[in-house]
Amino acid sequence: MEALIEEFPVIRDAFWLTIRLTLASGLAALILGTLLAAMRVSPLPILRGIGTVYVNAIRNIPLTLVIVFCGLGLGVVLNVSFSDSLSTNSMWLSIIGLSAYTAAFVCESIRAGINTVPMGQAEAARAIGLTFAQNLRLIVLPQAFRAVIAPLGSILIALTKNTTIAAAIGVGEASLTMKTLFEAHGDAVVPIFFGFALGFLVLTLPIGLLFGWLAKRMAVAR
Amino acid sequence: MTAAPAPGPAPAPVKNRHRPVATADRATVLYDAPGPRARARNAVYTVLTVLIVAFALYVMVAKLGEKNQLDADLWTPFLRADVWANLILPGLVNTLSAAVVAAVIAVPFGFVFGIARLSDHAWIRVPAGAVVEFFRAIPLLIMIFTVMFGASLLFGLTVTPFSAVVVGLVLYNGSVLAEIVRAGILSLPRGQSEAALAIGLRKGQVMRMVLLPQAVTAMMPAIVAQLVVLLKDTALGFIVAFEDLLNAGARVLPSNFSNIIPSVIVIAVIYIIINLAVGAVATWLERRSRRSRRTAATPVAPSEAAGGPGGGVPAGD
Repeated sequence: MEALIEEFPVIRDAFWLTIRLTLASGLAALILGTLLAAMRVSPLPILRGIGTVYVNAIRNIPLTLVIVFCGLGLGVVLNVSFSDSLSTNSMWLSIIGLSAYTAAFVCESIRAGINTVPMGQAEAARAIGLTFAQNLRLIVLPQAFRAVIAPLGSILIALTKNTTIAAAIGVGEASLTMKTLFEAHGDAVVPIFFGFALGFLVLTLPIGLLFGWLAKRMAVAR
Repeated sequence: MTAAPAPGPAPAPVKNRHRPVATADRATVLYDAPGPRARARNAVYTVLTVLIVAFALYVMVAKLGEKNQLDADLWTPFLRADVWANLILPGLVNTLSAAVVAAVIAVPFGFVFGIARLSDHAWIRVPAGAVVEFFRAIPLLIMIFTVMFGASLLFGLTVTPFSAVVVGLVLYNGSVLAEIVRAGILSLPRGQSEAALAIGLRKGQVMRMVLLPQAVTAMMPAIVAQLVVLLKDTALGFIVAFEDLLNAGARVLPSNFSNIIPSVIVIAVIYIIINLAVGAVATWLERRSRRSRRTAATPVAPSEAAGGPGGGVPAGD
């Protein structure tokens, strides 16, 4: 227990990094996922094809591989650099990997949401002369988003847990910090483990509650 | 298009035919069947897309070439039999054996805890629920680290990366499978167990002879989908130096040929092929169980039960 109290600043910083990773990748994944979903329902076969290939490829690759590719491939070999500081650079590279991976799941979720919008809505939109882009932006997507709030919450929870994989390229978020603390406090393994487990519960439980509440509040009355 | 072109200099696009769009399998109809103008516009957009993609590819290839990543000697190792036999396949074997061992333990784990959560006795139901919810909520990597380093610090045991990965995978995926089992059993109509109890079966017999046989059919696709997640998650072993397929691609091959980018790409393709194959089994099972008349249950959707996002494969972690 003393170890947890003594190392509290370190643990707090580690979880703060986890939170930043989650928020940054979540936002990027939401934007990229929405774009992918729009591509996958678009009238252009080529855009649909690109979207389909991307989603099916990325969903079948382990996230660890994606992150390692970003860290070693992009970072070390191709010299993609965001910052002179090594740790900041690894953080941004892992955010690229996390958002590229999560976007595929966001896309599939939004596509499922588009399917819940009644045909009549899109037909009416077409009848008054809206183009595909207007139809999607003004009529379909707003309703689709409201239908998939709860699944998007599940994705955000999965993403929060997935940020631990950034440890593969040395990003000092919660899991890597836990490993370091194990080495420093060999006698306090159990309290440290439960401390970090509790930390993740504290992060993920409110997300589930918040998105459940939002989903109920924003549900489209039909 | 049966409508005759309207007379006049500028014919309006033919929009009166309300036929389903080309991709009739879509549930929503977001756009009309393209008329002449739309087809022309789409052709322009298609060309633009091709140009953008070609430009992106060109930039990528140029960047790779600039860093000498396209040199033949970085790619030729993948044409050599000994590289496959000595470096890649052992990793693949380790990945598959970790996945198989973990799956063989996780499935019974899931059944035991899934059924325990439905027990009439609170002293069984509550602890089983606590275990399942706990291991579902914490990241798998935290579990693997704790088994790997915690056990040796606590008990002086030497834990091999293989066991750490397997234990972590069993606890996490077993807990997710427990939820799938629970959902599968709950998806059966109440009449099934009521009728079974009415003819005098004991609770254990109801579960064994009536509920489980039907539930298994309903949850088979969800279980297989979760096994794809399990297979993908073996790659976490890379972080604790487990010599799996990812280790072969990201550590072993690059240290021999300094070809991290080519080898990670090749390894990714192998993962995609394996997972698509397992995923195809899931689809086949789903189609089969939808046809099946042996169950009163509706198939368990993988996404619902696993709490993962939509689509066949929930997000792993």
